[in-house]
Amino acid sequence: MRKYIFRRLIQLIPILFGITFFTFAMMQLSAEDAVDMMYRQSGSVSEEIMAAKRAELGLDQPFLVQYATWLKGILVGDMGRSFISGKLVFETFAEKLPATFALMLASMSLTIFFATPLGIIAAVKQNKFVDYIIRCLSFVGNSMPNFFVGLLLIYFLALKLNLLPIISSGVQGIIMPALTLTISMGAKYTRQIRAVVLEELQKPYVIGARARGVDEFTILTKSVLKSALVMIITLVALSTGSLLGGTAIVETIFMWDGVGKMAVDAILMRDYPLIQAYVVWMAIIYVIINLLADLLYRKLDPRVAYEEDANV
Amino acid sequence: MFSPRYRPLIPYVTLAGILIFVALFAKFLTPYDPYAQDLEGALVPPNGENLFGTDIYGRDVLSRVIMGSQVTICASILLLATITIVGSFIGAICGYKGGKVDTILMRLSDIFLAFPQMVFAIAVAGVLGGGLFNAAAALAIIGWTKYARISRALVLSIRKMPYIDAAKMSGATSAGILFSHIMPNIAGTILVTAALDIGTIIMELAGLSFLGLGAMPPTAEWGAMMNNGRSMLQTASWVILAPGAAIFFTVAIFNLLGDKLRDVLDVKS
Repeated sequence: MRKYIFRRLIQLIPILFGITFFTFAMMQLSAEDAVDMMYRQSGSVSEEIMAAKRAELGLDQPFLVQYATWLKGILVGDMGRSFISGKLVFETFAEKLPATFALMLASMSLTIFFATPLGIIAAVKQNKFVDYIIRCLSFVGNSMPNFFVGLLLIYFLALKLNLLPIISSGVQGIIMPALTLTISMGAKYTRQIRAVVLEELQKPYVIGARARGVDEFTILTKSVLKSALVMIITLVALSTGSLLGGTAIVETIFMWDGVGKMAVDAILMRDYPLIQAYVVWMAIIYVIINLLADLLYRKLDPRVAYEEDANV
Repeated sequence: MFSPRYRPLIPYVTLAGILIFVALFAKFLTPYDPYAQDLEGALVPPNGENLFGTDIYGRDVLSRVIMGSQVTICASILLLATITIVGSFIGAICGYKGGKVDTILMRLSDIFLAFPQMVFAIAVAGVLGGGLFNAAAALAIIGWTKYARISRALVLSIRKMPYIDAAKMSGATSAGILFSHIMPNIAGTILVTAALDIGTIIMELAGLSFLGLGAMPPTAEWGAMMNNGRSMLQTASWVILAPGAAIFFTVAIFNLLGDKLRDVLDVKS
């Protein structure tokens, strides 16, 4: 087990190298850099001042030198300073990460809380009225981009019904952004859970249990729920990626002060150290969540562990 | 096309066809010039003359939504076609040839797949400096890997089939086998995957524009239109709701088509 975790974390290294090198290379292709952005508002600034600023930030160095400098910093835990605010990148991150985690956790739990029963009900009542309603809702949720869902929530909950303030911090402020992500994710979850429960209900052991007179509720809770659980873990792992991307959009809409909004702001200002740090952190979070999901998987389904170990 | 097997597709193909027709001929279908400003008639609510009202510069929102279909739908389909063709060819070659090329390309795709797609697209589109082309490029750089993976797996599963051996023995070249025997056999699955992806691509591309990293104003693009109207949700909601609804209906139609196509071609996802 420990060997497996270690191997997975080792695999993270080439991924981080590849991704950071790639974003670094992309930055060189950009026509405007952070210095252009900084002095855009202040009108015409002499080339000397801009050149001096570039030299100060190391932007006049060749591309590979810049990358090597950045890499050296990372290895000793120094992610550099933001070009714009001058603050330490690591501190800025540590400050904003909890808000994003809270948002991810809230939307993930809401999604599981709503989608599991809906998916199971739809499967049990297959082709009945309830099933059609649930399928219809999940189809609608699936066809709406999250920024539209977010704006609709603002429009109806905040502006028309006056239930919530558009922007606020704390528990009240997390409701709408979390709901936005929940609607987009929940639609997918419901659909998949319905499919897996339907498949499970066709299996011989369920027919056998029915024949022995086991009541439907026991069959559902004792056996079928377990297969739904495995599906949920797969879905969590699969949707982490789009959730991380989604937080960037949703945080921007609701002015939720997390790393997603910070990244979008940093990108618009070409604040390279922050963008790089964002990319690195997202990769780490993504890989760790996927690793946790795989570990849970192995616990729930020993066959997976057996196959994996056989492949080593 | 009209064999009974394909009949269930007709309504969806028709709807998607109408959308693509509107997108291609948007220029001739708009009631007004989508870029003509009229500051006197700004933010007029929907009425008989301007069915979806006008925006902050007095431009007709309906005309801009129609024009936007061209940008959003054409760009998405072009992008999807590119990554599907490039990705599945790379995958097929990897699967068929194996060896070093296969190892290198698959490790490369491992790196991309181990990273959240939208996060990557946001970062790359951003550092490239926005613009529709850059946004599409950002999605393409990571998007091809999925198709490469799928077609590689499919090719591996049919590579050892007797009919491939037969073709080899009758002297067919690798390229010949790839084009006339392997590609037709994996096309169905690839097509269904692509059809199911159109909606996602449309939403991602519009999402990048919404963040200000895709189509730039004054381009009539749905995501960008919603971004520009964001502050007017309370006073002039039509500016946002019209392009939002357009995205929703377009994605819904392509999703329905993809679902039906999967059922008809009987492809397991």
